[in-house]
Amino acid sequence: MATIKIPPVLRASVGGEKEVGASGADVGEVLRDLAVSHPATASQLFSAEGELNRYVNVYLNDEDVRVLDGLATKVGDSDTLVILPAMAGGCR
Amino acid sequence: MSPSGAELLRQVKSRIQEVDPAEVNELIGEGVTIVDVRGSEEFATGHLPGAKSVPRGHLEARIEGAAPDRSAELILYCQSGARSAYAARTLQEDLGYEHVRSMTGGITLWKDRGYEVDVPRALSAEQRDRYSRHLLIPEIGAEGQQKLLDAKVLLLGAGGLGSPTALYLAAAGVGTLGIVDDDVVDLSNLQRQVIHSTQRIGIPKVDSAEESIHALNPDVNVVKYQTRVDASNIMEIIEGYDVIVDGVDNFPTRYLLNDATVRLRIPVVSASILGFDGQLSVFKPYEGPCYRCLFREPPPAELAPSCGANGVLGVLPGTMGLLQATEVVKLILGIGDPAIGRLLLYDALGATLTEVKVHRDPQCPICSRDPHDITDDEMGVFPDYEAFCAAAG
Repeated sequence: MATIKIPPVLRASVGGEKEVGASGADVGEVLRDLAVSHPATASQLFSAEGELNRYVNVYLNDEDVRVLDGLATKVGDSDTLVILPAMAGGCR
Repeated sequence: MSPSGAELLRQVKSRIQEVDPAEVNELIGEGVTIVDVRGSEEFATGHLPGAKSVPRGHLEARIEGAAPDRSAELILYCQSGARSAYAARTLQEDLGYEHVRSMTGGITLWKDRGYEVDVPRALSAEQRDRYSRHLLIPEIGAEGQQKLLDAKVLLLGAGGLGSPTALYLAAAGVGTLGIVDDDVVDLSNLQRQVIHSTQRIGIPKVDSAEESIHALNPDVNVVKYQTRVDASNIMEIIEGYDVIVDGVDNFPTRYLLNDATVRLRIPVVSASILGFDGQLSVFKPYEGPCYRCLFREPPPAELAPSCGANGVLGVLPGTMGLLQATEVVKLILGIGDPAIGRLLLYDALGATLTEVKVHRDPQCPICSRDPHDITDDEMGVFPDYEAFCAAAG
């Protein structure tokens, strides 16, 4: 089971956890497993067409999956996925 | 019988290698480390181009900062060739430097031969005192301090991130600090915006920031812009600055800033904060990715909460703002490895700092193109821009 690091804006959707485990052979499967376990994340991660939303970056360990094989990138049990939406806060 | 001073010097010179100024002149700019072992005040009157200052009195303690590799070629010089001979013996016999040579005749003979001398603009006595801890670091020294004094840095926002950044850049002697902020100081700012004060509630942040900066360092020229940047004024405001510090609180301005800085090839040190989490990266146009390469489009408004709505640990903008200030100083001095192509993720609760790689996007709508081809109308625009701004209010 791979580890997924949850960004602050999605933590409410996974019961407040910073990290959760999810299963799957590739990035797409792991993220869909997350969406099944925590349905509130589904619409935030995936578009209606089932594609990863363009405003969500996903990293396998420290590498952007866009420069690997995208959602088809293979994932091992010891791997960590980082989900990263942009944060704008500068605080006035 | 103990030798005379002249005899001792002859003995020392017989045990070390010397090098003629003509050969040193050929080696300038070829990657050979040249160290001036005279006092720092002598160094300030003029030195060999590219030479580093390590006064002989501090030789053993500081030489590693200037010449970390003991097997690399190293040339020492002084005024006439005596002090550098003693220093060469110390480095060779006590510290194990394998290829150290002393320049014959010192800078006096160098000048007699008509070779180039760098005369740094002198720091005043007060500046030498104020910046003395910088002058002691070989990576900065008088030359680096002069670069800081000559630098122009623009801070977008004098809020949570801009407050600590401005204070430390001012303390470091960054000569010109531009500050853009249209807001006034509010009581709720003071939990984190340490450049302001309770007495200054209600006054414009740019004025409050200027007061704190001048109280800390009167050397700094503060340029105030009491406005919000938008597509109509951004190019005019940012042009001429060396580095921009992005601490803005909304996506449209971040994209606008990105596009304008790519056009003008100005590096941006960007940070964002929320709750207990911070992100930081350096966007140096055409050398690394830009903000759009990292985030192709902003999240919908409901997934992009602001600190005003969701809160932030008061210390966090201090942490992230000072990481920004550090990157700014590195960019000005040209030292270290700035966070270009890397996004640093700081988790204050976990006390962890991790990073992910950021690549240039070959399809980037902005930085994959020639900067002259980017038009005013495109700047800051992203898909669903109108809907985003409407939803964000």
